[in-house]
Amino acid sequence: MRLQQQDQTANPIWRVIGASSVGTLIEWYDFYIFGSLAPIIAAQFFPQTNPTAALLATLATFAAGFIVRPFGALVFGRLGDLVGRKYTFLLTLILMGGSTFAIGLVPGYEQIGFAAPIIVLLLRLIQGLALGGEYGGAATYVAEHAPDEKRGYYTSWIQTTATLGLLVSLGVILGTRSNLDANASVSVQKFEEWGWRIPFLLSILLVGVSVYIRLRMKESPLFTEIKATGKISKNPLRESFVHRANLKMVLLALFGMVMGQGVVWYTGQFYAQTFMENVCRIDFGKTRTILIWAIVLATPGFILFGWLSDRIGRKWIMLLGMFIAIISYRPIYKQMLAISNTKGMTADPAKGRVDRTILPAGNAEYSLVNVSTVAQFDNGIIEKEVRKDTLFQSEKPTAKGKGKTSKTLPSGLYWQMILLVFVQILFVTMVYGPIAAFLVELFPTRIRYTSMSLPYHIGNGVFGGLTPFIALLLTTIRQDDPLVGLWYPIGVAAVCLVIGVLYVSNRIDPNVND
Amino acid sequence: MNTIKRLAGWIWMALAPFAVWLLATTAHQEIARNPTVDTRIQWTVFILVFLPIAFGLLLFGWFAWKGEYDHLPESSAELPED
Repeated sequence: MRLQQQDQTANPIWRVIGASSVGTLIEWYDFYIFGSLAPIIAAQFFPQTNPTAALLATLATFAAGFIVRPFGALVFGRLGDLVGRKYTFLLTLILMGGSTFAIGLVPGYEQIGFAAPIIVLLLRLIQGLALGGEYGGAATYVAEHAPDEKRGYYTSWIQTTATLGLLVSLGVILGTRSNLDANASVSVQKFEEWGWRIPFLLSILLVGVSVYIRLRMKESPLFTEIKATGKISKNPLRESFVHRANLKMVLLALFGMVMGQGVVWYTGQFYAQTFMENVCRIDFGKTRTILIWAIVLATPGFILFGWLSDRIGRKWIMLLGMFIAIISYRPIYKQMLAISNTKGMTADPAKGRVDRTILPAGNAEYSLVNVSTVAQFDNGIIEKEVRKDTLFQSEKPTAKGKGKTSKTLPSGLYWQMILLVFVQILFVTMVYGPIAAFLVELFPTRIRYTSMSLPYHIGNGVFGGLTPFIALLLTTIRQDDPLVGLWYPIGVAAVCLVIGVLYVSNRIDPNVND
Repeated sequence: MNTIKRLAGWIWMALAPFAVWLLATTAHQEIARNPTVDTRIQWTVFILVFLPIAFGLLLFGWFAWKGEYDHLPESSAELPED
């Protein structure tokens, strides 16, 4: 407490929070734009017609998300406990910003061949490493500046960054996609050709500002003190993961809290989006705006539950969030399906239409035909099915290719959908808002960065990051149940809940100076 | 409460090999169903990542059974230094 108060004059807490949060938000933004633009990036760098390029695409997706993040936690966590928090999370920010900017500059597969997917894969791995090192540094830095009685409240600002990073990435992508031309479809086409690079290139400006702010900050007062008194750990990795007393706390953090938090986070913010788009078949742009609204409305929850955790403890808020998520996921998703359902509904013939567009394919033998069928149902949902096929000269213009359906919800159903996603993000704020303070209090200053980073990135990167893949896998095994994918987050969160209830303490550490 | 914590340690110790068995069986089925390089890589990554996590769960169960979580440290003075 004394050290933090002394530091207030040199590093006012809101400057500390601002500097840490903006940088962390940018890192999340950088990480998400790659994921959000994956289909476009795949078309530019990883053509599916080439098996080796497709293989590199798979590696870029899986390796960066699951393997490299925990390694980043180890590499940069160790560095943060040896060299200091400030310079380590400055380095992660520069690595992340630099690699994101560079992805925006890499020529496509058509221009430079195999060099393109290899360069993008390497840059994506650097992104994963940097992300693995960033969060632990930012959370530790803020917690070590915060007064003991407001640690949950102040660190909750860092907790908003992952969600806001997603929000900014969605906003920038939607904004760029729809503003490259006055004609909407031309704008989308331009975005897919070259406009997708803009969100990547924009990153360098954001990172530049953030690096400038962070450079002006001082080192954490607690780290400065242990450095001055020679109490820095000689080997943070060994001390964190070999010494039984620390290792058991790392395992408790992972299995008793973070793995459940990870699946709740990814279900609310990623699986909900995938489900709306692929199962409910809601239009691409609409699913993004639904998520944006839900995030904007739920974000104050992070601050609220962080603040509340300073009064009643961290444990029960996070476990309650997990519990409500477990019991309500299936009813919520069932309702999402019901809202977007058009089966058994009657289409109004007066409002339906079929448009056929014949696109020349540069060949005298055939053309491409685009058939768009629009129907409006009695619940107000407008369903559009687009089919593409090859049209030979002798044939009538009918499309036989696989159709792509997208639905637009009427205002009332649209807001109901926002409410259902909002509730899920509220669960996220309960489990995620207090977690930085919880993790910081579990570990001593000299190994804090290392010890808290690894369980965080295994819980979020591995358990959470796998949610969309495992959910999809479950739906291929049990095709008759569209909600079967939810059993993965429900199962993981349930095990975590039991472990958390039994073993985790609700005690707020009155002193993190040790 | 400490008795429940210790006995539950057996559940976590049993859950770890069960999770590995489930993962390996599913990987085998999925690769057999779709034997492409993509599928093999995905499942190899899953198994490589989950094996150490399952070992961690086993260790967690062992610590619980041995009473390591009967009392959680309240200060760094209770922790060893390297």
